[in-house]
Amino acid sequence: MYSEKVMDHFRTPRNVGEMKDADAKGEVGNPICGDMMTIYLKIEEDVIKDISFLTFGCGAAIAVSSMITEMAKGKTLEEAKKITNRSVAEALEGLPKNKLHCSNLGADALHMAIKAYEDKKAGREPMVPLRMEKHVHQDKEAEKCQCPYCDADLSKGLVVCTNCGREVDHHE
Amino acid sequence: MEFLNLDQISANPLLPEVQDAMIEAVRRNYGNPSSPHRLGDEANDALSLARSRVACLVNSALPKEVVFTSGGTESVNHAIKGVAAANWEKGRHIVTSNIEHNAVLRSLRTLKMFDYKVTSVPVDEYGRVNPDDVAKAVRDDTILVTIMHSNNEIGTIQPIKEIAAVTKKKKVIFHSDAVTSVGVVPVDVQELGVDLLSFSANQFYGPGGVGGLYIKRGTRIWPLLDGGVQENNKRAGTENLIGIVGMGVAADAAVGDMKSRMEHSLKLKKRLLNALNDHLTDFIINGHPEQALPNLVSVSVKYIEGESICLMLDEEGIGVSTRSACAAGALQASHVLLSIGRDFADAQGTLVITFGVHTKEQDIDRLASTLKTVVENLRAMSPLYAKAQ
Repeated sequence: MYSEKVMDHFRTPRNVGEMKDADAKGEVGNPICGDMMTIYLKIEEDVIKDISFLTFGCGAAIAVSSMITEMAKGKTLEEAKKITNRSVAEALEGLPKNKLHCSNLGADALHMAIKAYEDKKAGREPMVPLRMEKHVHQDKEAEKCQCPYCDADLSKGLVVCTNCGREVDHHE
Repeated sequence: MEFLNLDQISANPLLPEVQDAMIEAVRRNYGNPSSPHRLGDEANDALSLARSRVACLVNSALPKEVVFTSGGTESVNHAIKGVAAANWEKGRHIVTSNIEHNAVLRSLRTLKMFDYKVTSVPVDEYGRVNPDDVAKAVRDDTILVTIMHSNNEIGTIQPIKEIAAVTKKKKVIFHSDAVTSVGVVPVDVQELGVDLLSFSANQFYGPGGVGGLYIKRGTRIWPLLDGGVQENNKRAGTENLIGIVGMGVAADAAVGDMKSRMEHSLKLKKRLLNALNDHLTDFIINGHPEQALPNLVSVSVKYIEGESICLMLDEEGIGVSTRSACAAGALQASHVLLSIGRDFADAQGTLVITFGVHTKEQDIDRLASTLKTVVENLRAMSPLYAKAQ
């Protein structure tokens, strides 16, 4: 299922652990969606001197965390901001399609940690992390609306999305 | 070191006598049981023998009450959709439980598209349905109650006999998905009082791709597959005779060895539960302490996630199953574990360990000590564990 690179980072993850004296941290995810990730940064003159992570999640989530710490270490903040979920997935020689969201989580955590550092430095209130998982329906009266899971069009009264197969409760 | 399969609910090895019978069936090159000549007769004899053996396993009164299918999934689909089709003028309401297998859930999902309504009854902390809840859920237009015999994730066995008493009184057809029970624990359709019962050969060391549906004589049901008159007009299509022969031999062995297999499994289960106590901290054993399958242990390991535990055990040459459904877009924790009160994080960290006749005591010990190391490694990188300390 996973590439050799993913398994390597999963087996021997780099930069694991809580960093007590971190300059900033980024925390994303929740156990409801399956993964949680925290990235810790130690920064000197806008360069990431040290980085570590803690992750609750599947094999891909752990490998992504490990890889992103390796990619960000020693980089300037501006360089680190350019690390994207795609570049992490590429560095890991690809991820299964249904695990791509794990790489989003890694990049999100890193960018959030950098943002927290910059906010702190500029004296701004730190941003509250939010990850929206729930899709909210806008117009209950409309003839057509979208499946909350796959965004396919649903005709009124349909209790099962014919595109993704999920049951849509609030249509009843 | 040899790979250790402790995920036997997914696949277990064919018994040697099953292999021999199937190879013999391949070599003999039986004809089509429907043919009006001697090849057909020979094939028909083999089919009848297998049917009698399988009927004996579930103690049905007549062999022809057993219909061979392509496995548990087809049996369940046939039972639910077949009853819905044959009774649609009578009513469009079905009662089920919150912890059914996807074969049941998705069959019901299909029926919902055709205006059937479904009431799902809750379970207690052990995963047991209360028969009174079933009685309350049954309405005038209820045509079917479908409740599983034992649960594939937590092993809890339902009070099927008590539920059957309810459905009998209310004159509603009762189907039980007994895929994880038949061949593992005694299942007697007459004693239980069910109208329909689904089961599968690969749960008792028979081949995959073949199963059975018990249909009590007189039950109103429509075929799922339309075509010829095979299987007493209930399931069209030329029979998978090689698989069916294998299933018959496996059923025969299950009847003979039921008692010793159960004793063996119970001994291993007890050993595993003790070993987990010795080696692990912060875990929950799921399912009913007594009314449960002897060959299954479900354990929720706190602060870590199931797939990563599975992967690390696989690296050490041990196969177990996980119930963290980390797949296909939106991630969902197991509905069974949420129904018995596990929270999302604990549900994600759940392992299902299943064993069988080939499992030895030292295999259990090897799992427990390996699991200890794996859990320690994963907790060292878990933000949930760090917060809990």
